[in-house]
Amino acid sequence: MTDGLPPLPSLPGLDLPPLPTLGPVSRQVPPSGARRRWLPAEVTAIRDETATARTFRLRIRGEAPDRHVPGQHYDVRLTAPDGSTAQRSYSIASAPDRADEVELTVELIPDGEVSPFLHEEIGVGDRVELRGPFGGWFVWRGDTPALLLGGGSGVVPLMAMRRFWHDSGERVPLRLLVSVRRPEDLYYRGEYGSETTVIHTRQAPPGDPRPAGRLSADDLRPLLTGGQIAYVCGSAGFSEHASQLLVSLGMPAADVRIERFGPG
Amino acid sequence: MARLGFGRGQLKDPRLPPGQYDTGSSFPVLTAEVSPRLTAQDWSFRVDGLVDTARTWDWEAAHRLQADTWNGDIHCVTSWSKLGTSFGGVSLDTFLAEAGVKPEATHVVAWSHSGYTTNLPLAEVTGGRAWVVWEHEGKPLPHEHGGPARLLVPNLYFWKSAKWIGGIRLLDHDEPGFWEQRGYHELGDPWLEQRYTGD
Repeated sequence: MTDGLPPLPSLPGLDLPPLPTLGPVSRQVPPSGARRRWLPAEVTAIRDETATARTFRLRIRGEAPDRHVPGQHYDVRLTAPDGSTAQRSYSIASAPDRADEVELTVELIPDGEVSPFLHEEIGVGDRVELRGPFGGWFVWRGDTPALLLGGGSGVVPLMAMRRFWHDSGERVPLRLLVSVRRPEDLYYRGEYGSETTVIHTRQAPPGDPRPAGRLSADDLRPLLTGGQIAYVCGSAGFSEHASQLLVSLGMPAADVRIERFGPG
Repeated sequence: MARLGFGRGQLKDPRLPPGQYDTGSSFPVLTAEVSPRLTAQDWSFRVDGLVDTARTWDWEAAHRLQADTWNGDIHCVTSWSKLGTSFGGVSLDTFLAEAGVKPEATHVVAWSHSGYTTNLPLAEVTGGRAWVVWEHEGKPLPHEHGGPARLLVPNLYFWKSAKWIGGIRLLDHDEPGFWEQRGYHELGDPWLEQRYTGD
């Protein structure tokens, strides 16, 4: 997975201990190093995932950006008539089937600045600006067994991975665990297969043999098959809890990648 | 185009760099790796590379150095800023003075006990611009924010302020760190919006 990027610091002639490292780089910086430009994009479809989450399908106009790698994000910029702008990062939910179309799922943050606008004001045909795709750590290229753990809206980049895995023939083992408070909080309902486990932390659906409760080692143990890279995405609390559970079950910390976006 | 509802017509705080918003009293936690289980007893801070004497301080030794506090604003590349916050620790200048910086040193790589790295020009972390901190708002720095100790480089986006700081290595050249090898800007000046490679 490494691709020839610089090694960690060395100084010829000085006997220095090696620095710790989080592991290999899996994405090369754009060869030109060129600044990525803001590109106009048109909203072509909007879909409700839950009462507080919507997916926006966007068609990028003009020059096509790089095709994204599952797990990456786009920055979205909005400009008001007075010229003031606001921008946020949103995970890509769609598989990388096209370079010029992506789907972003946006959770409504009630006292936020950008997400309420996207939820309440934006419609099909409206335009926003996009910049990306970005991200070179929390990415999955489909060539290693993967264990995906998502809490709430943290499932979004994992869904891009799951969709990519499915579209490309399910060539390697993949397991997805989604943690939601209540059944109605589940994104992408109806799209999961036997690779996915949904756990409920506050209220389990009728007939669920698992009582509602926090993610536990017992939930994770059956999903560990060895040789996996784990991708954990969710709130700080979820990410910390889930990643520490994985390490306690024997997964090397270097095989655990975590992503959490800021609020808003 | 629908009515633009963001901004709410408020005057932007002049302390906010472009593209940033005020996160208020919250302090978001962003992390790429499993948090190391690091206590004050396990923690150490090393300065090596192009120095006269490579030095390592443990918790007690670091606390015997001249204490310093910093008040100001911090900025995350994910576009939140936290205004008017404070940290306490020791200036990086103090550590560097004890190790003795060789004249050929131009850059540092800061590294974390977790394995995270980030690169900085030496001039960005000297002259009262960087600290090793273990207090936030007068209380011990919480583990999720890098406790027991993190680097603080408030003039740059906060990914440069490595959590669980383990040391800095002085070099005569620049070597990209964890995020810098993965598409993020070498320097990361919030006022210039240096978020990604090439910005």
